[in-house]
Amino acid sequence: MSRKTLFGGNGRTDTLTLEGLRVIDPGEGIDECLTVTIENGIVTRLEPGSANGGGRVLAPAFIDPHVHLRTPGREDEEDIASGTEAAAAGGYCAILAMPNTDPVVDSAAVLGALVEQAKTEARVPVGFLASISKGQDGEQLTEMIELAEAGAAGFTDDGRPVVLASLLRRALQYVGVAGGRVALHEEDPALTSDGQMHEGSVSAELGLGGWPSVAESTMVARDLALAAYERRPLHLLHVSARESVAELRRAQAAGVDATAEVTPHHLCLTDESLRSLDTNLKMNPPLRAEEDRQALLSALVDGTIGAVATDHAPHARHEKDVPFEEAPFGVTGLETAFAALHTCLVRPGVLPLPTLLERLSAGPAAIYGLERPRVAVGATANLVLLDLDREWRVEEGSFRSRSANSWLLGRTLTGRVELTVANGRVAYEA
Amino acid sequence: MTDVRPLLRDELLPPGGRPRRHLISIADLSRDDVTRLLGLARTFARSLEREVKKLPTLRGRTVVNLFFESSTRTSSSFELAAKRLSADVMTIRATGSAVDKGESLRDTAITIGAYDPDVVVIRHAGIGAPQLVARTIDVHVVNAGDGKHQHPTQALLDLYTIEDEFGAIDGLHVAVVGDVLHSRVARSNIQALALMGAKVTAVGPPPLIPRGLEALGCDVAYDIDAIRAADVVYVLRMQRERMLPGANYVPSLREYTARWGITASRLRPGQKVMHPGPMNRGVEIDGAVADAAESLIERQVRSGLVVRMAVLYDLLTHGPAEVKVDALQEVA
Repeated sequence: MSRKTLFGGNGRTDTLTLEGLRVIDPGEGIDECLTVTIENGIVTRLEPGSANGGGRVLAPAFIDPHVHLRTPGREDEEDIASGTEAAAAGGYCAILAMPNTDPVVDSAAVLGALVEQAKTEARVPVGFLASISKGQDGEQLTEMIELAEAGAAGFTDDGRPVVLASLLRRALQYVGVAGGRVALHEEDPALTSDGQMHEGSVSAELGLGGWPSVAESTMVARDLALAAYERRPLHLLHVSARESVAELRRAQAAGVDATAEVTPHHLCLTDESLRSLDTNLKMNPPLRAEEDRQALLSALVDGTIGAVATDHAPHARHEKDVPFEEAPFGVTGLETAFAALHTCLVRPGVLPLPTLLERLSAGPAAIYGLERPRVAVGATANLVLLDLDREWRVEEGSFRSRSANSWLLGRTLTGRVELTVANGRVAYEA
Repeated sequence: MTDVRPLLRDELLPPGGRPRRHLISIADLSRDDVTRLLGLARTFARSLEREVKKLPTLRGRTVVNLFFESSTRTSSSFELAAKRLSADVMTIRATGSAVDKGESLRDTAITIGAYDPDVVVIRHAGIGAPQLVARTIDVHVVNAGDGKHQHPTQALLDLYTIEDEFGAIDGLHVAVVGDVLHSRVARSNIQALALMGAKVTAVGPPPLIPRGLEALGCDVAYDIDAIRAADVVYVLRMQRERMLPGANYVPSLREYTARWGITASRLRPGQKVMHPGPMNRGVEIDGAVADAAESLIERQVRSGLVVRMAVLYDLLTHGPAEVKVDALQEVA
């Protein structure tokens, strides 16, 4: 796909030399010690170097395919500048923003205004998904072809499911002409009307309404069948249940162009954590059981799930500082994703580091047809420098994001982003 | 794949100061804690047989009752319990207060905290409201009911009533019947009874028995005949106000009563019947059963006072080391 879907993060380019670092780029088959020279934003030399970087690793920078920038409408929670600064601090060289804003990104006019805003405010390039239905009402299809021409990176009603199979079918038919991918938040609302957390023994104990796994997996099964029937690609957002993973495997084996993403919190936590009733553990879909977490992890390792997505969902403190059922769903994640996954999964030996780096960068790029960030001569520099040994504490005051509703507050993580080069310029330096 | 334990958020948190003790969930208590509280309640019951019923033990302490949901027996028994122990007590009801003007629970807590209370007793429709107060201000928090989650003092007074009747709880069989899904009383009671060694069977229509309930330490049965094996039949209130329209938890109250209502013919002679109140006579319990000699319902209400005295006393005297029952009786 050659159409431009990322905007902003332009301007002066930088020249710098990164000496003697372990460079890992699974896509280029690189895992060796190199000195990397960047001139005017382009990688110009890769030379053998002797390691002097300690636990430092240079890799293709990350792409987050699932961010809520809250703009327009809730700029008190996040805006394009703060959200992309948070992204840069998390090692991201590009992010995709969801359209469930106020107003919804459902017309070329709204999208065009965002694109213009991104060109001047974005610290790293941003892409915008447009909604599938007008106002995300789940009934009236948006003008998908025009939206694609205006730069939509894809189509989703995220935050809400597409309840009507007929609407999804039309969206799949139009996406074949418009280009891009339909991305789905899978939830049968009839099964989650009182849903606050995963339905299981912990919800039984806490008295919180159950959001059962089948509310996701039944919709996944239906929608994969529709995608197969229409022979169109489909992306599953923030998959949480093992039954959904099983459906996805079956569809992929049958040749359906189905992709999926998983969040750091679903990979690291289970519903057991909810006993604290901390509203920073309330998200949609909810944290599930250990068997689900293991299934997600296996699927990420074997590539069934191709991308890690933060589902970064900023919320004002006063909205989260309430009894559990009153709190909105969602947690932040841009600034902690790598460190959380490195601490929770890579260091214990469950997830190989090159696999994680691939799923944070090339994986999401492939799903949305974006250029893959790479360590290669002639490529635009989109690089992240990581210090794998560095310990740091996640504090409420330490975020570039305007919101601090992180599930990691107070936790000590190992592994930190030291430098992010996005689109040829230094976007973040610790 | 290597099996890696999921992270619990409390891990890796720095060691802080020792937090204040609270009574938010039965899960906060050990079996020894419950034994101590029930023993303390018995002591207070004896003290209440005297002509002068007031004890000077909590003189100078302040207890704030913060009730965001309507309540008669719980709020009045907490209030009287605090007064019997000579504490200063203030009862705040949410209706007609700043809450109606949109004040958040956190801000209400900060306002109350400015009076330096020793204990805040809170009832709130929101699960986790007591934790929110405990996080916000430095005070002992007693949960008097938070949504569908917990009502620990109800469970303690029920244990007290059962122990009073049977002499022991360990080894008894209690059937908890009805709308378990929406019941904080059921959750607290199942946990508390299991903690004390009772066998518990939850009985009701499948939609009203939450999936995974067994993890609380009980069996599940859908057939009302399962109550016949029990020593105690604990009847839950049908929480009609919590039923979402169209949710079809029960097709009709008529069908519920016909299949799961507690009537004399469904009980074995000598089986004891309990109910946390308020009752829907003719729905979950037949009026005659509620008034029969086997009913412990009135004794449950009576137990509430001494158990709540025990809870307040225990929190403010920091546990077993300082409970001096003899000294207490001397002062009295």
